[in-house]
Amino acid sequence: MTSFSHQKYQDGQTQKPALTGHILSEIFPETAADAAAIGYLLWRLPRNDAPVLWVQDRLSHRETGRPCLAGLQMDRPIIMVNLSRAADVLWALEDGLRCRALAAVIGEIWGDPVALDFTATKRLMMRVEAANVPCWLIRRAASPNLSAARDRWRIASAPSASNPHDTQAPGAPRWSLDLFRSRQSKPGQWTMTYDRKTDRIDNITPFRDRAVGTDDGTARQRAVG
Amino acid sequence: MERQGNAPSDDILLVLAREGQHGPVVHAANRTARTTGITQGSRVVDMKAICPELHVEYADEAGDRAALDRLVLWARRWCPWTTRDGEDGLILDTTGSAHLFGGEAAMLIEIQTQLSLLGLTSRLAMASTWGAAWALARFGPARTICAADETALGLRALPVAGLRLDDATLLLLQRLGLKTIGAVMDVPRLSLTRRFVKAGLSSNPLMRLDQALGKLAEPVASVEAKPRFSVQSRLADPIFDPTPHLPDLCERLCEVLQNAGMGCRRLHLTVYRTDGDVSRVDVATSVSTRDPNHMHSLFRDKVERINPGFGFDLIDLTAGRVEPMQALQTHLDGKTSDDLDLALLVDRLTARFGARAVSRPVLRESHVPERAEGRIAALANPTQTAPVMTRERPIRLLDHPEEVRVLYAVPEGPPVQFVWRRQTHRVTRYAGPERIAPEWWRDKPGTRLRDYFKIEDQTGRRLWLYREGLHADGRGGEPRWFVHGMFA
Repeated sequence: MTSFSHQKYQDGQTQKPALTGHILSEIFPETAADAAAIGYLLWRLPRNDAPVLWVQDRLSHRETGRPCLAGLQMDRPIIMVNLSRAADVLWALEDGLRCRALAAVIGEIWGDPVALDFTATKRLMMRVEAANVPCWLIRRAASPNLSAARDRWRIASAPSASNPHDTQAPGAPRWSLDLFRSRQSKPGQWTMTYDRKTDRIDNITPFRDRAVGTDDGTARQRAVG
Repeated sequence: MERQGNAPSDDILLVLAREGQHGPVVHAANRTARTTGITQGSRVVDMKAICPELHVEYADEAGDRAALDRLVLWARRWCPWTTRDGEDGLILDTTGSAHLFGGEAAMLIEIQTQLSLLGLTSRLAMASTWGAAWALARFGPARTICAADETALGLRALPVAGLRLDDATLLLLQRLGLKTIGAVMDVPRLSLTRRFVKAGLSSNPLMRLDQALGKLAEPVASVEAKPRFSVQSRLADPIFDPTPHLPDLCERLCEVLQNAGMGCRRLHLTVYRTDGDVSRVDVATSVSTRDPNHMHSLFRDKVERINPGFGFDLIDLTAGRVEPMQALQTHLDGKTSDDLDLALLVDRLTARFGARAVSRPVLRESHVPERAEGRIAALANPTQTAPVMTRERPIRLLDHPEEVRVLYAVPEGPPVQFVWRRQTHRVTRYAGPERIAPEWWRDKPGTRLRDYFKIEDQTGRRLWLYREGLHADGRGGEPRWFVHGMFA
């Protein structure tokens, strides 16, 4: 399983986690027109040339546009599937997860459709773990209701780093990440700076001592979501 | 040979035109036009000057060629060895088959009758070589039959154009005073050889003459009809649902394809209904296949589209777009490659959602953002090399830029405050402008240029904002502002 914890790194820099097993993750962008989630997701993709299956429903496409190839700057091909209903998106995602040649399967679903219930996410999760292909669900304008996703993120843009060449211009993008539910690791909140040239993200959250735990440390801690 | 299918009546002066080097030229003319003095290959404007009432239609050359190719196969009714000869002829190797039609003369009459029933005018000749038959059919008397030992005699009186030479050589021979094939024959062989030693086949009268006289071999290479891969299932009683019969049909079709070493890209499932109607569904695959399970899965959601009427009693499964397919072993250990798996996925998605829903975005050479990206088929390879992008581009791009309402504008740079999607954004930092001018070779005159800014608002969202036009650029009113994309 992907064990991914940002606190481990003492120097404040986060390396790409070693991917041992892939999981189903959900991202809830703070606002619909916030592309920070896409940036973070692309950083998490496995480093290879395998194609990505990217499925969008109609509302996601209309409200937030399409992935812009010139801005993504990746060499891998994208197989883009534009569908109208959320049920079709889920069908396409499930079908894509039968194919091990893909680097990742990305789905964008708008709102809280009836088709996307706990059973649907459970099916997706089982497929992901059978095929070992990461699956990301981007859910805009949605409420984080019951779901079987292993990791659930809330991601928003933060004011960017200062630009070394121009004080007036935005610099390296910063994202505030909120892992509010996770099966494997401890939930937490971080603010990260993404360096595009070296393709790595740096944790800029100030470190401080944690509050003293009230439990005896034996029981495994679970997040509530 | 001329097509006379639905031709207008013979008293109209009609020519077919094709594009020549300096405007349209006459491709073919009907009998009335020919008698008026209209010649093939002359320019249409010249001919219109001669007869102003000339009726000009454009020739369908590709259609004619395809029709002739079909006619090649149709002509197999007389002999098994047929091929197309240039743009307007057929060659039939009738060796050993003339007696079936009562001799050579009777066979020629039979061929001419059958062709005229199709609405085709034909000129026929029978000779021992391809070249002799070609010359006699075009320049000899109708339905000439020339025995092997009379070939030289039969050709002697024909014009030198009967030697299948190109125009430059014909002109040269005409200037040399050689008007008939007989005159060419009479020239000493040595001098002809010396004169045309370097010429190719189509401009070498000696080699053409040898071909016509049978001294140089010119075999007839017959074309093979494409085999039709199709399996049927005949039923005792009419049924309404073909699903139970599909696995068996797919397996039988794949077996036929396997034996021929072929794979198919299309599948047509046709049901023949008891009320005399047919209904059919088609599916397509992205790479050629002969995998019965895959074929069956493609039909899974499509079978409902068949209208069974009062039931059907014959199901036909035909393979279309058949191409040779080798069984590939891509790995030493015998495992299949991942690409194949991907092709199956794309097929499944395309079969369910349609070909338009599944695509692959590729970069195009354009600075206008909406034209910098094109869509190709999901498994196709991009034809152009991707242009190198030097400027930063957003990670998401809106299909239609959305106009914003500017609350507080400043003369330089982006607005300080604007409203987009009912939310007020205050610009804290910006980079730009990057000016993208319209492409004059594609855009309408009056298209305004765009100044793009990457802005960051008070909450940290980074947007791609542009101003369309300049103040007082004479192309419309005040410039307007649009959001076109989002940065990560």
